[in-house]
Amino acid sequence: MTTALAATPIADARRQRRRASAARWQDALFLHTTRSFAALVLVLLLSIIVALGYAAWPALAKFGAGFFVTNVWNPVTSEFGALAPIYGTLVTSAIALVIGVPVSFGIALFLTEMCPPVLKRPLGTAVELLAAIPSIIYGMWGLFVFAPFFADHVQPVLASTLGKTWLIGPLFQGAPTGLGVLTAGIILAIMVIPFIASVMRDVFEIVPPVLKESAYGIGCTTWEVVRSVVLPYTRIGVVGGIMLGLGRALGETMAVTFVIGNAYRIRASLFEPGNSIASALANEFNEAADPIHRGALITLGLVLFVLTLIVLAASRLLIARLARGEGART
Amino acid sequence: MITINRLLAAAASLTMAVSAHAADITGAGATFPYPIYAKWAEAYKAKTGNGMNYQSIGSGGGIAQIKAKTVDFGASDMPLKAEDLQSAGLMQFPAIVGGVVPIMNVDGIAPGALKLTGPVLADIYLGKIKKWNDKAIADLNAGLKLPDDPIAVVRRSDGSGTTFVWTDYLSKVSSEWKTKVGSSTAVSWPEGVGGKGNEGVAAYVQRIKGSIGYVEYAYAKRNNMTYASVQNRDGQFVLADDATFQAAAANADWKNAPGFHQILTDQPGRNAWPITSASFILVHVKQDKPQNAVEVLKFFDWSFRNGQKLATDLDYVPLPESVTKLIADAWTKEIKDAAGRPVWNPSP
Repeated sequence: MTTALAATPIADARRQRRRASAARWQDALFLHTTRSFAALVLVLLLSIIVALGYAAWPALAKFGAGFFVTNVWNPVTSEFGALAPIYGTLVTSAIALVIGVPVSFGIALFLTEMCPPVLKRPLGTAVELLAAIPSIIYGMWGLFVFAPFFADHVQPVLASTLGKTWLIGPLFQGAPTGLGVLTAGIILAIMVIPFIASVMRDVFEIVPPVLKESAYGIGCTTWEVVRSVVLPYTRIGVVGGIMLGLGRALGETMAVTFVIGNAYRIRASLFEPGNSIASALANEFNEAADPIHRGALITLGLVLFVLTLIVLAASRLLIARLARGEGART
Repeated sequence: MITINRLLAAAASLTMAVSAHAADITGAGATFPYPIYAKWAEAYKAKTGNGMNYQSIGSGGGIAQIKAKTVDFGASDMPLKAEDLQSAGLMQFPAIVGGVVPIMNVDGIAPGALKLTGPVLADIYLGKIKKWNDKAIADLNAGLKLPDDPIAVVRRSDGSGTTFVWTDYLSKVSSEWKTKVGSSTAVSWPEGVGGKGNEGVAAYVQRIKGSIGYVEYAYAKRNNMTYASVQNRDGQFVLADDATFQAAAANADWKNAPGFHQILTDQPGRNAWPITSASFILVHVKQDKPQNAVEVLKFFDWSFRNGQKLATDLDYVPLPESVTKLIADAWTKEIKDAAGRPVWNPSP
């Protein structure tokens, strides 16, 4: 018993030393492992850029900068220009945001400010479930359910009302086929709403109740509270959510392919078929055996990459400026 | 520890399973013939124990993979030209025949009732014929009441062998189509909306009143789509079916087509369906792995002899015997091992 007791301090010390060295060793291992994982991201990103650039080269060398501003896509004569898909990508994403942002804002506001507690959970879960639906499902639903409904009940109404107005009239004219740029934009809006709405809801929820309660205390309406307390407090998060949605809209492939009509055309009317970068890639990559055709498609991929990069950078800049503004005010 | 041992054992048994299938051959390419190749592979495996693994990644991918020698054979809906075959060291042969049919959604027109000609189809797809009651269509269909509706053109948006067959046919019957658009797996369409895949085109046609599109025959047949009869080279209006495809394949002049470069559109013959096509197989003429080449040829030889019923069940048309004979001769003549010996000796 005594020997055991006497041995304890020494054993303890030894154990501690061993523990310390093990900890150092583990820390080092942990550091290197995590660092190599982080480096992997950079390596992957770089190798993707290099591979894209390499494969895009035949087309870029042939067409030069004109590739980005000409509207021609002819695999037979090997003449390619990316203007139509770039235009289609930007327009469909813009439609998605124009519709998606206000709706998401409303959903998030209702869920955080006005929703009866019983409904809060099921509604919130439903929004998140929408985000989990694979995009091919949206595409099929868009083609088989939404497009027919849209063609029969919405497009004729749009054409006879908005289509007759000044300035934006030409946007809503043409044959109501249910397919085209507008349909693609609306499907995209439905797809980005859950993303934007759930981010907005999460940031609205972190507004300290005391701020809101003080505002209500001095007699503010709900709208005034939202405008003067909630929004200023959460601006950064809201912008982040919108950018997340925009990122998804820009790169969405399958759902757009199903309903956009896939024609390399730039028309004033949103009822006309168009094309987007991602759906052009999805459609043609399989059968593009000619290196120029393949190169043109890969250059399209690069363009999408750069567009997404610009969105990301713009959102960072915006957030940084907003944050600076906040700092200056307090 | 136990789990690790168990994993190792599982891995070991997996590797054994893989090595036991060393006789398996791999192919990649066209999507159009995928159902029949898969069916043949299943039957062949049941018979011989040797598997054939086919990935339907598209003709473009198939050509790239066989050139890179990552597969034992490639498959393409668009035949390669003789000079391209030569420069890549490949030989090609047809393996299966199918057809493309025009489908439409026009009020009051029964399946098969509408008659069209190649030049009329070309003018519709060029956007020159804009209404269903256009004189050019009305003249062909004296007894039919054609509506005064605009024609909505539907075509494939993805690159596809079906589009190649369709545009090749239009190029053969319309010089304007040939110069303005041409033929390929994807073209610069003057008109219309694009649907992805046969199912996309079919959905658009069902959806849009007054539309016309084109799909593979098997697809149109199984979905009961309204299709038209088309005038063939001999001036007869024929409907698409196994017999008219077979007539087109039999009448084609395979003997004088270097590298079997024969596109079965607009073939002569009273019963020939004008928009027929063969799908092709590509193999290297100089074989580093002659045993794999033999397995590939054995597979197709078996399928040519025993796969006809499977093919017709899936609404494909097997090649006539006269053609498979020519193919076997070409195998013997062209495919050699490293020492220059032919790898295929015709079996009795």
